[in-house]
Amino acid sequence: MREKLVIVLAGLAAVLLAYNLHHMFLVLPNEVSQDFIFRIIFFHVPAGIVGMIGFFVALIFSVWYLAGGDLRYDSVAASIVEVSVVFSIVNLVTGSIWARVIWGIWWTWDYRLTSQLVCVLIFVGYVMMRRAIDEPTQRARLSAALTIFGCFDSVVVWKSIEWFRNNHPGPVLSIRTGGGNMDPDYERTLWLNFLALLIIGAALALVRSRQESMEREIDSLRRAAHV
Amino acid sequence: MDARNFTFMFYGFLAAWLIVLLYVVSLARRGARLTKELDDVKQLVASGQKS
Repeated sequence: MREKLVIVLAGLAAVLLAYNLHHMFLVLPNEVSQDFIFRIIFFHVPAGIVGMIGFFVALIFSVWYLAGGDLRYDSVAASIVEVSVVFSIVNLVTGSIWARVIWGIWWTWDYRLTSQLVCVLIFVGYVMMRRAIDEPTQRARLSAALTIFGCFDSVVVWKSIEWFRNNHPGPVLSIRTGGGNMDPDYERTLWLNFLALLIIGAALALVRSRQESMEREIDSLRRAAHV
Repeated sequence: MDARNFTFMFYGFLAAWLIVLLYVVSLARRGARLTKELDDVKQLVASGQKS
């Protein structure tokens, strides 16, 4: 069932991506001031949002784990965090490449960039910590604590372009500005690509959570064999 | 169109897909390793129960 769902999601994402890429390169005009490089926004912003949504979904599963002690919730949270880290790294790297052209530098320590880097480092630490701890309950409890901590930083990432003066551009999406800051055609393509990346993320998280179940099964078989 | 502008956009798209692709490859390798490990452990448990 899970394998079939992954295949359906991958197919759906492929169709959507093909449509989006066609639209990005062959239909939409270049942006007036940024020219071709503006198109990076169609991956940079959706990857960042997918990563951030993933961290908050993982937070929900982590809290469920803390409330009930069911290790399956911890596994789901871990799977989602890992995939979200990948999308957050895509967000950082594509942003850096855009900055090289528009600002003339790869990186600057402004609030948005720094808080996102800290967020990625927290969750990279999460992934490394899980590999270092063998005891499942201890691992799950520490993971949940780190997810809560990381999500506080995610809020700072989200709000930093409103709270502080940044080099990073301010909010442009109509969900935050009420509209008027971005051409509707650009925004539509951006959200369609967000949907494509979200579907890819969901498929990857499903595959990863299957592996988490296998790890749990191996662990329980080993424990049973030793009893 | 500025050629440098286009090149950097290409690098951006390439980097994005390369990162995702590397993760997919690492997932596939981990999946294969876990499947093998699970089979081995099951075999080990089954042989232990027989003896």
